[in-house]
Amino acid sequence: MIAEFLPVAQMLIASVLMLAGVFFVIAGAIGVIRLPDFYTRMHAAGVTDTLGAELIIFGLIVQAGISQTSLKLVFIAFFLFLTSPTATHAVVGAAWQSGLKPKLGKYKAPAPGEAKAKPKTKSKATPPAKSKTKSKRKSPVKTTRTKK
Amino acid sequence: MTQFLYYMNVGTAFFLLIGMVLLLTRLLSGPTLYDRILAMNSFGTKVVLFLAVFALIIGRDDGVDIAILYALMNFIATIAVLKFFRYSALGVSLEDEFIEEENPPVAPRNTGVNKTSTNRTGTKKGKRT
Amino acid sequence: MKRSALVLLVLLAGYWLALSGYLDNPVLLSVGAISVVLVVAMVWRMGIIDTETVPYIHGKSLGYFAWMFVQITKSNIDVVKAVLSPDMEISPKLTKVPLPHSTDLGRVTFANSITLTPGTVSVEMQDDVILVHALLASMTDQKAFADMGERAAWAVSDPMSGKAAPQKDSK
Repeated sequence: MIAEFLPVAQMLIASVLMLAGVFFVIAGAIGVIRLPDFYTRMHAAGVTDTLGAELIIFGLIVQAGISQTSLKLVFIAFFLFLTSPTATHAVVGAAWQSGLKPKLGKYKAPAPGEAKAKPKTKSKATPPAKSKTKSKRKSPVKTTRTKK
Repeated sequence: MTQFLYYMNVGTAFFLLIGMVLLLTRLLSGPTLYDRILAMNSFGTKVVLFLAVFALIIGRDDGVDIAILYALMNFIATIAVLKFFRYSALGVSLEDEFIEEENPPVAPRNTGVNKTSTNRTGTKKGKRT
Repeated sequence: MKRSALVLLVLLAGYWLALSGYLDNPVLLSVGAISVVLVVAMVWRMGIIDTETVPYIHGKSLGYFAWMFVQITKSNIDVVKAVLSPDMEISPKLTKVPLPHSTDLGRVTFANSITLTPGTVSVEMQDDVILVHALLASMTDQKAFADMGERAAWAVSDPMSGKAAPQKDSK
C-alpha cells in the first residue's frame, strides 16, 4: 500500500516544486528585462537566484531520493544560498562606488501599446548620472596617466 | 511514472534555456557595465540549474559534479570581473582599498559603455610604459 | 585557531568522501588525504583561518535558515507580483537601516539576509548603518528590519552591544 503510494507522492511533490521553480526563474528573467534601472533589475535577478534556483534543486532532490546525487544537489543548494547574496552585494557595491545613481520615486510602466518606448526612456534616464561620474573621474585618471 | 518525470525534466530544461535567452538580451543590450555583469551572474546560476537537470535527464551522476564546479566558478568569475574593472588588474590586494583612499594602486576607472573600451586600452598602455 | 583548523580538516575530508563516493579505493583515499592536508597547510600558512573562515553550522543557524526561507518566499511573491503586473507600479527607495551588531559575523549575516530577501539589497555598509535599496516603498519597514537583525544576531550569538567599535581597527 505505502510502497505503491510513495512513487506517486514523490512524482507529485517533485513536479510541483519544479513547476514553481521554473515559474520563478522565468519571472525573474522577465523582470530583468522589464525593470527600468540597474538597481531595480538587481531585485529581479534575486528572485531567480534565491527561490527559483532553490525550488528547482529541491525538486531534483526529491526525484533523486536518498542517494549520493541528492547529497551533491544539497551542496549545490548550499553554495547558491551562500554565494548569490555575496555576488549581488559585490555588483551593487561596485556600481554604487562608481557613482551610478539609482532612479528613486514612483515608476510606472508606459501603456501596453507603448511597450517599445520604455527602453528608450530607460537609456535616456541613466546616462546623465554616468556622464556626471565620467566628467568627475576623468580628470584624475588623465592626470595620473600623464604623470606616469 | 518515471516517464512523466523524464518529460518534466526535459520541460524544465527547455524553460531554463528560454530564461537564458531572455537574459542574453539584457547581456547584449544592458546600458551599463553592471547590467551586463548582473546578467552574466544570473546566466551562470541558470547554467548550474540546467547542468543539474541535464545530469538527471541523461541519468549520469557525474553531471552534478560539473554543476557544483560551475556554481563555485561562477561566483569567483563575477568577483574577478568586478575587481578587474575596478582596478584594471587582478593582482591588487583588496586590503589596499581600506588603508589608503587617496592613493589607489591604479586610478579607478569609470564605467561608461562607450568609454570603457578606450579607457581599457589607455590604462593598459599607461601601465606598460 | 587550532580548533578551527581541525574543524576545517574534518569538513574537507567529509566533502571529499561525499563527492567521490569511493570508500574502499586506497589510491583515491590517499590522494584525498594528501589534498586535504595540503589545503589546510596552505590556509594555515596564509593566516586566514579563524572562526569566520570555518563555518560553524549548528541548530540555531538551521532554524534561522528555515525562518529566512519563509521570508524569502513571502517577499519573492511580492516582487513577482510587482514585476509581472502590466503597469508595473514600483517605487524604488533608499533607506538607512541601523546596524547594532558588534561582531563581523553578525554584521555580514544581517547584511546578507537583507540582500537574500528579494526586494531589498544592501548597497553599502557603514559603521553603524546599512544603506538599503528597496524595490517597493512598503518593503522598507524599520520594524521588520529590526526583527530580522535580532534573529540574525541570535543565530550567530552576537551580543548586539550597539556600537561597532572593533570593526574600525580591523580595517
